[in-house]
Amino acid sequence: MTSRRHRRLWGRTAVPYALIAPVVVTIALILGYPLYFLVRLSLQQYGLFELIRHKGVGVGLANYRSVLHDQIFWHTLLRTIVFTAANVALTMVVGLLIALLLVQVSRPVRVLLSSGLVLVWSMPVVVAVQVWYWMTNFENGVVNYVLTHLHLGSFEQHDWYASTFSQLSMVTLLIVWGALPFVAITLYAGLAQVPRDLLEAASVDGAGAWMKFRDITLPILRPILLILTSLSIIWDFGVFTQPYLLIGQSKVTPGNFLMSIYLFEEGYFKSDYGRGAAISLLMLAIVGVLSIVYVRRMVRIGVET
Amino acid sequence: MKPRQLGWDALGIAVFVVMVFPVFWMISTAFKPNDLIVSLTPTWIPLHPTFDHFTDAIHRPYFWTDVKNSLIIVCVTVALSIALAFLAAIALARFGFAGRKLFVVLVIGIQMLPQAGLIIPLYVVLARYHQVNTLTGVIVTYMTFVLPFSVWTLRGFLLGIPKELEEAAMVDGSTRVGVFLKILLPLMGPGLVATSVFAFITTWNEYIFARILLNDQSKQTVTVWLSYFYSTNRHTDWGALMAASTLTAVPVVVFFLLVQRRIAFGLTSGAVRG
Repeated sequence: MTSRRHRRLWGRTAVPYALIAPVVVTIALILGYPLYFLVRLSLQQYGLFELIRHKGVGVGLANYRSVLHDQIFWHTLLRTIVFTAANVALTMVVGLLIALLLVQVSRPVRVLLSSGLVLVWSMPVVVAVQVWYWMTNFENGVVNYVLTHLHLGSFEQHDWYASTFSQLSMVTLLIVWGALPFVAITLYAGLAQVPRDLLEAASVDGAGAWMKFRDITLPILRPILLILTSLSIIWDFGVFTQPYLLIGQSKVTPGNFLMSIYLFEEGYFKSDYGRGAAISLLMLAIVGVLSIVYVRRMVRIGVET
Repeated sequence: MKPRQLGWDALGIAVFVVMVFPVFWMISTAFKPNDLIVSLTPTWIPLHPTFDHFTDAIHRPYFWTDVKNSLIIVCVTVALSIALAFLAAIALARFGFAGRKLFVVLVIGIQMLPQAGLIIPLYVVLARYHQVNTLTGVIVTYMTFVLPFSVWTLRGFLLGIPKELEEAAMVDGSTRVGVFLKILLPLMGPGLVATSVFAFITTWNEYIFARILLNDQSKQTVTVWLSYFYSTNRHTDWGALMAASTLTAVPVVVFFLLVQRRIAFGLTSGAVRG
């Protein structure tokens, strides 16, 4: 009897572990081991020669010192922070405005606009980059034509990739365009939670549109806004494909590096894997700090349910 | 209709036009003859559409090889990830166990790792085991993010299935395996399909790892093929580039439209109810 109960109990507790074991083991092998290796790598001189020989030379913290004494690293970090702030602010503000617009428009327009948003959402990033580059091409890009014909100035043969600021602005437009659908549609779903009668009661009491938004809608949207903002910060800080391909088609230089491109060029492209590993760990640490808000909130949801 | 409502609707349509324009312009260019493409005055809709750019694009070197590579990578990654993730998702949705919180942190935390930060370690480790320039290396790499994503999404679908069904079956004498096969698996059909499709899309769209791990042109994926398309000749063949872009996007768009409603909220689940 006791042995049977024992077996049952044991069977009960073992089941969840048996279920997660395949995932845990796989992740330990394909991610845990490389991350452990990354730490070791960052303490070694490790280039192409060492890659072939399978053995690095320990150099202590030299890689970190080299990175932290690199002017380009600090300039890149600052540029990436400003770039991220601009992208996230634009995405959140415009996304919220589109979500509010979705509430105001009549049904057919709402269906039209939200289908359009889903279509944009589904575009693969590499495809979007190619289309963007074609539209902003200086010779016969449609953007120059439209801006000129809207009498916003003379944009004939205007090269949008001539200066760093202009290049990064193009990348920002591309990223914000791609991110808007997710943000707008999620916020629109959140707006459905705002009780109608509460808004009507507020109107009866003489509250204006802005007051209703500030005192009723915004507090209800707060948790969603928080999650979306932290997700956008994490994504935009580590963004690679859009700047690499869009600027890369003209030129990526230390003058317009973003963090992940700096990492790619210094570590992978120059085959200086040790130094690249140090940059990777610094970047992972920064993103780790940035994700605390999001991860904590999601973990609470995951643990409660 | 009130003028105020008309104003909102006009604004809504304007936003629609601006947002959708790039997609429209891609398709429009893909069907245009070359003289209309390079003309300084753009033609909005080609009245005599041509399919030449599409035939040109698919006859470019390595197109079909790279489509095949993408399909192999996507199918293996998704099949393996979903099978393993489904088991773990059951553990999360149905069992309380010591270390559960740690596992949740792992599943969510990994999804937040910036891909660029993983280039160096994955490249060097895969090089050590001679898996650079192989599809296996890319599949393994993709699983690092598809696995946690699938666990989390499938968990959400499982929570939508009432526990009582399984408990009733257990009372009736079903075994755990019986419950899994007869109740969970059929009810999870839509969830499994939706998660697989979403995993398919992420994997198909992935660029950075494929770019780094696959050097051989005959081993590359479609996104890498498309990214190199531009630099194949000095004068860009915009028509062919847009046709190639359209072809790359079509499977993704179709799949995305099918599952978007079911899955889009996984990342914010709990924050948005319903």
